[in-house]
Amino acid sequence: MTTAHPVPSVPPAPSTGTLPDGAAPAIEVVALRKAYGSTVAVRDVSFAVGQGEIFGILGPNGAGKTTTVECLAGLRQADAGSVRILGRDPQKDPASVRELLGVQLQEAELNERMTVAEAMRLYASFYEDPADVGELLDLLELTPHRDRQFAKLSGGQKQRLSIALALVGNPQVAILDELTTGLDPQARRTTWELVERVRDRGVTILLVTHFMDEAERLCDRLVIIDQGVVVATGSPAELIEQVDTSRVLRLRVEPHEEVGVLEVLAGLADVQAVTRDGHEIEVTGTRRVLPAVVLALAEQDVVPDVRTVSRSLEDVFVHVTGRTYDHTGAADAAAADDSNDTEGAVR
Amino acid sequence: MTTPTTTRAPARGRRIAGTGWHGLRTLTLTEARLLLRDPGTVFFALLFPTVLLVGVGFAMPGMRDVVSDAPPPWEGLTAVAFYVPVVLATAVATVALTTMPVYFATFREKGVLRRLSTTPMKPQGLIGAHLFINLVAVVAAALLAVLVGSLVFDLATPVNLVVVVAAFLLGVLAMFSLGMLIASRADRASTASAIGMTLYFPMLFLAGLWTPGPLMPEVLRTIGGYTPLGAAAQAMTTGWFGDGVPASQLVVMAVWTVVLLPLAARLFRWS
Repeated sequence: MTTAHPVPSVPPAPSTGTLPDGAAPAIEVVALRKAYGSTVAVRDVSFAVGQGEIFGILGPNGAGKTTTVECLAGLRQADAGSVRILGRDPQKDPASVRELLGVQLQEAELNERMTVAEAMRLYASFYEDPADVGELLDLLELTPHRDRQFAKLSGGQKQRLSIALALVGNPQVAILDELTTGLDPQARRTTWELVERVRDRGVTILLVTHFMDEAERLCDRLVIIDQGVVVATGSPAELIEQVDTSRVLRLRVEPHEEVGVLEVLAGLADVQAVTRDGHEIEVTGTRRVLPAVVLALAEQDVVPDVRTVSRSLEDVFVHVTGRTYDHTGAADAAAADDSNDTEGAVR
Repeated sequence: MTTPTTTRAPARGRRIAGTGWHGLRTLTLTEARLLLRDPGTVFFALLFPTVLLVGVGFAMPGMRDVVSDAPPPWEGLTAVAFYVPVVLATAVATVALTTMPVYFATFREKGVLRRLSTTPMKPQGLIGAHLFINLVAVVAAALLAVLVGSLVFDLATPVNLVVVVAAFLLGVLAMFSLGMLIASRADRASTASAIGMTLYFPMLFLAGLWTPGPLMPEVLRTIGGYTPLGAAAQAMTTGWFGDGVPASQLVVMAVWTVVLLPLAARLFRWS
């Protein structure tokens, strides 16, 4: 390994979120490698996913996420390393995981004239022990659209159908690849809630995404992949904590209180720095800075507007790679935010 | 929306490794229904040969007249009768070169084969189902054309039905193999359609669509006899109007099948 990445990870990495004691992993990937000709898509990826977890694979476009997932699903032959799903080897025997694993792939469509209910019944028929189609349509809020043809579904509805198809075989493990790309903010939030509902049914979920906020919101634990290598592993909170243990708040007080407030802040042990920024005061301190500041000001009868400035996985990415996060992803999110074409409008 | 209840225990040890063909019946029926929902496919795959036969019979002058100045097999037949084997060949070519490759390329383009690969159903199941559906379609289209043709025109009954049926089925095999070869690599429906069309018209020409029966020049007949569709039309013509066995044409179709089918299977891209 000649990469400059500071956190080469071979699970279980002790400080970065190991599996619950003794539990057999639902998914295990060890030293996976896959190259297409001279292009190495996946150089060294390892992680383990506990049963019932929502586990994220986060990384910029082209980081090797989809290749990793395709090797896991037995759709691609890896060059080296091993993968296991519930103890079975999808590389050697792809058929052995088909009944246990549901996969929602990027950009997989259906016959445009196929209705939602037809697709569900068809895909259910492939499995020995399928889920109840009606119940699944309810869960994914597709029942009102059950007789609608695929071509007439909105982006969010197509995506929900795609998730439903991944779950129709009653899988114990589901892989969801970039499931909110191209969705508007409202549809994204709805989809996130659905993913949590699915997990609540006992399904282990491997979520592939290039959206930082999505990983932060949904994942119990995650790996960050960059250029085919795992650069960080852990829960979102752990990862953020590793980067920086300081906390930042911004206060807004009445102008006449300002001088007094600055004086109080300067005297607090948990405060490391205070800067004025227009009408706001930015306070940096330890993890106890928020209660300390609020209490101290309350004693002076000052009740400020307080806003905490939180670190995000984006800061983690910058920290571990030394680069800013891929802007394609950010542009996608912005485009989705600008879109007025919400689900509600399409219906 | 009710709160989902936990209806399944997480541990299930009774999974039986699937055969990979579970749901093949549902798959075939669903795909057939979808095909019937597509007006273009219904017209070209099922109705076009009938429309062609009836259209030519009525639109072209003299087609319904009895031929009196032709050599023996043609003597005493109506011109439209010569046309029947050509129309049956057209039925085969239409399905094999226009409908089928476009459907298969669409499966690839839309990621349907990829999605199937993630389920216990093998993508081969979808291809098998479509070959079966297309076979049924082409047989139905041929029967419909012959039935309607006999009701409307004075058509000859086949002299040797076994030869006609054998020639038709071998023609289907050879032409479906060619269609599969196009389908094996085409990434997009538009590519498959373009290649299919490029082969479709020359093949129809060599099968005698514009020069049925005795009207075809000898050179064209010789060349056509080496093409899968031309051989099919000639062999059906022989069986319909005479009692010889069109051995060379049957061999030509068999050879095309033996060469093209394994090649298509080998080259077929499943994703």
